[in-house]
Amino acid sequence: MGYPRVGIIGVGQSNFKPKRDDASYPDLVREAVNIALGHSKLEFDDIEAIVYSLAPDAMVGIGNAERLGVDAVGGRSKRFLRINTGGATGISSVAAAYYHVAAGACDVVMTAGADKVGECGDSQTVLNKIWDPTYERQLPLGTITMLAMSAIRYAQKYGLTEEDMARVVVKSRKHAALNPHAHLRKEVTIDDVLASRYISYPIKLMDCCPQSCGGGAMILASEKYIKDNKLDAVWITGVGHCSETYYLGDRMGNDPVADHADSYALNLSFKKAYAMAGVTNPRKEVDVAELYNPFSNTDYHAIEAAGFTGLGKSVPELKEGVYSLGGEVVVNPSGGVLCTNAIAVTGMVRVIELATQLFGMAGERQVKGAKRGIASANGGDHQFFGTMVVEA
Amino acid sequence: MELLKRKEDWKITYTHALGEVASWFYVQLRDNAKIYGRRCAKSGRVLVPPRAFSDQTLEPTTDWVEVGPGGKIEAFTIVYEPFENLPEPPYAFGYVQLDGADTAIGGFFKGVDLKDPHKAAEILKVGTRVTAKFADKRVGDVLDFWFELD
Repeated sequence: MGYPRVGIIGVGQSNFKPKRDDASYPDLVREAVNIALGHSKLEFDDIEAIVYSLAPDAMVGIGNAERLGVDAVGGRSKRFLRINTGGATGISSVAAAYYHVAAGACDVVMTAGADKVGECGDSQTVLNKIWDPTYERQLPLGTITMLAMSAIRYAQKYGLTEEDMARVVVKSRKHAALNPHAHLRKEVTIDDVLASRYISYPIKLMDCCPQSCGGGAMILASEKYIKDNKLDAVWITGVGHCSETYYLGDRMGNDPVADHADSYALNLSFKKAYAMAGVTNPRKEVDVAELYNPFSNTDYHAIEAAGFTGLGKSVPELKEGVYSLGGEVVVNPSGGVLCTNAIAVTGMVRVIELATQLFGMAGERQVKGAKRGIASANGGDHQFFGTMVVEA
Repeated sequence: MELLKRKEDWKITYTHALGEVASWFYVQLRDNAKIYGRRCAKSGRVLVPPRAFSDQTLEPTTDWVEVGPGGKIEAFTIVYEPFENLPEPPYAFGYVQLDGADTAIGGFFKGVDLKDPHKAAEILKVGTRVTAKFADKRVGDVLDFWFELD
């Protein structure tokens, strides 16, 4: 293949919650780091570099919180790099850790971070600030309204009902009920979702992800290091990234390159990761997927962008159970972002969950015999996309 | 044990320079109640809101083109939940492709009864014709105009 293999040898994540009054921000980072170190059987001094996963500062309310987090990851006297691509931050951080090893710069790299979104008075106020102050911020744009408009365009183009959206919530909560790390673990019915209040039409309260507190950490190592030290590993075999242009209004109108109904650049990112991993038929060759879905409707875009089915075709398939535990391709057995969203590490948790599946450690949410998984995360205004293929 | 908290409030003021292109656009909007886009000579596409270069061809835009005031809805949402520092709900806003433009610009939809979400959504559906309306007192801002159904 020509690509060096990089192994995942340790993963750690919190049990995510709305609030963690028992832990300061660095305490939360340290919590995940301790779990990942324990899993890898390594010590702080074995780690050569840190990639620090931290989304918008205002979400944790600490300017450049990597300053404070540096001690929680044992960063003294080591290479240290902060990554921020919004919602994609976590997966971008794993990719940056991967590049350290793949480039031959380091043998052992840790990526870690945490978020305390539940401490932010109003995350949509923070997220409104990601729009430019010239033309767009005066409008009440936020991630919910932006993706509500995506749902409207998807519905117009392919057909999508509020019941179809609710079905994603039902599936996600059912999976999350089996995941001790998930934030929202209570099962719900379609009627429960439909009865919840409108936030931004057509998105209702239960179509939305929660604001979660918790941390995530991963330790990556070179193939040589893993063999020399006789460590267990699962392997990152494909890494893709792709960005979309800034203006939301350019994803509509006359012949847009990327329609806001779809996730065009996410699909390009998947194609890059698949080409690297040698995946030609994802539906047949992928056992488990952890795809970024902060709102119920985005599950459909992600499934289609991953190439599991054609554009507009995922809605009836999800209804048939194709993407549920026990189905043909299990999507978000963790419950996904819809049930847990600690923004700074959400993309990383996608890869942590895959690794957990491939190590066979996923307990009740285990996809039996899972050998190959894919992960994705989206950042900005549906703008920065990261994807990964991981294999046992 | 007793767990303590500290409350913080960030109040930070910025004065953003808008640059030449947006300044010209907003002066026309303020003084003449007209909306302009910028044409990319390479693709011929008229970009609204206007910018100095095309994000697809990556070439500088070359000329101003008046667009609207008519157009069609390309995306909308109706917000029913209050958020701090954002308007009091309910309100509808979204994107409109103005006549003569190739892309869409954001704005509020006014004059629609939003009490029943489904009825309002049917009225605002993608493809619906609207017209930009201008405030009597304009300050040179994107909120100087909004959209009303034809």
